[in-house]
Amino acid sequence: MAREISYQQAINEALRQEMERDSTVLVMGEDNAGGEGSPGERDAWGGVLGVTKGLYPRFPDRVLDTPISESAFIGAAIGAAAAGMRPVAELMFIDFMGVCFDQIFNQAAKFKYMFGGKAETPVVIRTMVGAGLRAAGQHSQMLVSIFTHIPGLKVVCPATPYDAKGLLIQSIRDNDPVIFCEHKMLYGVTGDVPEESYAIPFGEANVVRDGKDATIVTFGRMVHLANEAAGELAKKGVQCEVIDLRTTSPLDEDTVLESVGKTGRVVVVDESNPRCSIASDISSLIAMKAFGDLKAPVQMVTAPHTPVPFADSLEDLYIPSAASIQTAVRRVVEYN
Amino acid sequence: MSQLSNAQLVQAYRTMRTIREFEERVHTEFATGTIPGFVHLYAGEEASATGFCMHLRDDDYIASTHRGHGHCIAKGVDPVEMMAEIYGKATGSCRGKGGSMHIADLSKGMMGANGIVGGGGPLICGAALAAKYKKKGGVGVCFFGDGASNQGTILEAMNLASVWNLPAIFVAENNGYAESTSSTWSVACDNIADRASAFGMPGVIVDGFDFFAVYEAASEAVRRAREGGGPTLVEVKFMRYYGHFEGDAQTYRGPGEVEKLRQEKDCLLRFRNRVTSSGEIKAFELDAIDKEVLALIDRAVEKAKAAPKPKPADLLTDVYASYP
Repeated sequence: MAREISYQQAINEALRQEMERDSTVLVMGEDNAGGEGSPGERDAWGGVLGVTKGLYPRFPDRVLDTPISESAFIGAAIGAAAAGMRPVAELMFIDFMGVCFDQIFNQAAKFKYMFGGKAETPVVIRTMVGAGLRAAGQHSQMLVSIFTHIPGLKVVCPATPYDAKGLLIQSIRDNDPVIFCEHKMLYGVTGDVPEESYAIPFGEANVVRDGKDATIVTFGRMVHLANEAAGELAKKGVQCEVIDLRTTSPLDEDTVLESVGKTGRVVVVDESNPRCSIASDISSLIAMKAFGDLKAPVQMVTAPHTPVPFADSLEDLYIPSAASIQTAVRRVVEYN
Repeated sequence: MSQLSNAQLVQAYRTMRTIREFEERVHTEFATGTIPGFVHLYAGEEASATGFCMHLRDDDYIASTHRGHGHCIAKGVDPVEMMAEIYGKATGSCRGKGGSMHIADLSKGMMGANGIVGGGGPLICGAALAAKYKKKGGVGVCFFGDGASNQGTILEAMNLASVWNLPAIFVAENNGYAESTSSTWSVACDNIADRASAFGMPGVIVDGFDFFAVYEAASEAVRRAREGGGPTLVEVKFMRYYGHFEGDAQTYRGPGEVEKLRQEKDCLLRFRNRVTSSGEIKAFELDAIDKEVLALIDRAVEKAKAAPKPKPADLLTDVYASYP
């Protein structure tokens, strides 16, 4: 039965249900329980924003706090996966990937291929992404395209509580390494989520809004802003189709191309920097495979080519807005 | 001193001889230009891989280095498949998609040679963590070089192994040089093993040319790990016989350095002298092993050369377990 819970609660519930179902599922990360070795309470934090709170009392042997040694514990999660466990490691912010990137892209991503198919690495790395929390340059990035670039990795970016639960369950059951990107501005967003366990397959985009005039392709938090923009445009008679990619690797090309065939006008919205981004990747896909369908040049709405600024006046400018999405849609719709 | 049975002595000699013959042959074949890519040879270091892996079961894991052929053979990976892999053939351990630096066989607990210096430390923490959950007394052994001893991954992994009390053993194979740079310069303390106390674990130094010394130190470290006593750092001191990679002119080495080691220190010679002078094994028995190993390596090279290359379609396979 479905009831309304938050994105954060949906993630917690997915972890709990998978840990109940499968005793090889481990949760590990900095302060994932919290208070290890300290005089006060255990399960003090449940991760820095409390996403794993409550798992430690249920599974005291399978929720592991770690030293602040990202290379060591992310690598340990990968090694444990290769040795038969299903670890879910939390890397607090995707910005910290630089510290442990080797273990992810040279080890986890390549084992299966380099070892001639004779290895599986069912590890999930949960990590917080995105701007909006005034967290500045090293705690706010949207580095999704870096991971999407790498063969062997799967990259998941849920936009809703329903998707967060179903995609995390799929990530844990999946036999490949998965980078699971949780947008920090979505943790408090609520929505209908079934109590029972369910998995959402990878590579199946979600058409969250039907429309005939223009296609907005996006993922993660930007789905909400795209919907907001589409709602405003609908009042003025412009019907937008909004596609939530859900996973950037694998990518559901068919759903994107089908929609482009219908509308011929496309805006791609991506919170990250513009160069070599998901936005530029989708734009090139459309140029290569749907050029004949296009009635206007594809528009990209992205952050500028700068680090994420601190001051609210600047960060608000940095992040794509519903208004900037509306402007881009008008541009493609009015193009002759 | 643990007593080795005759069968164990024969096994030790056969393993060390197989590694030596394998590496000497790769050296000569590489010089003919038939082997593609990079190879890093383990000749001279045989006592380390053999002395440790003789204590290990198939469900114990090891992580290895660039210089991984010896670890693979000692852990039970098939030398015939290994040779085919080094030649880039479809019959290789990794079907020709890994090569010398990535030979692996998880069914034998071999987590892979590794092209990234220090890459194995975190991975072996994971294998040791998995062993802890499986509760069958399994252990993880991380072989790494003096170069990797200065990598953050290794230092982080040793700390984590102690913090989590993992059944892990860290084997620092100090072969004198990280590429061309002497470990006497790059390692800031006198011994890599001195770092053990910083991570709350015992540190042991052994003569890497002496199989029996390695075997003994390994025995204690593995026993300790299996019994839940936590990790140990063992520094194995020796020198490699060949360059960092094949093709290395080795002008950084002292004159006559390797010849002297081969004559005075060699682990196989020392082993042979010891077991024949004690009467435990007869020289002709060891000679017979030498012949068998030579025949095995001959066959491995022959088969590798004759084997088919991977097919074009193999380029795109095995990237994912599933990918819609």
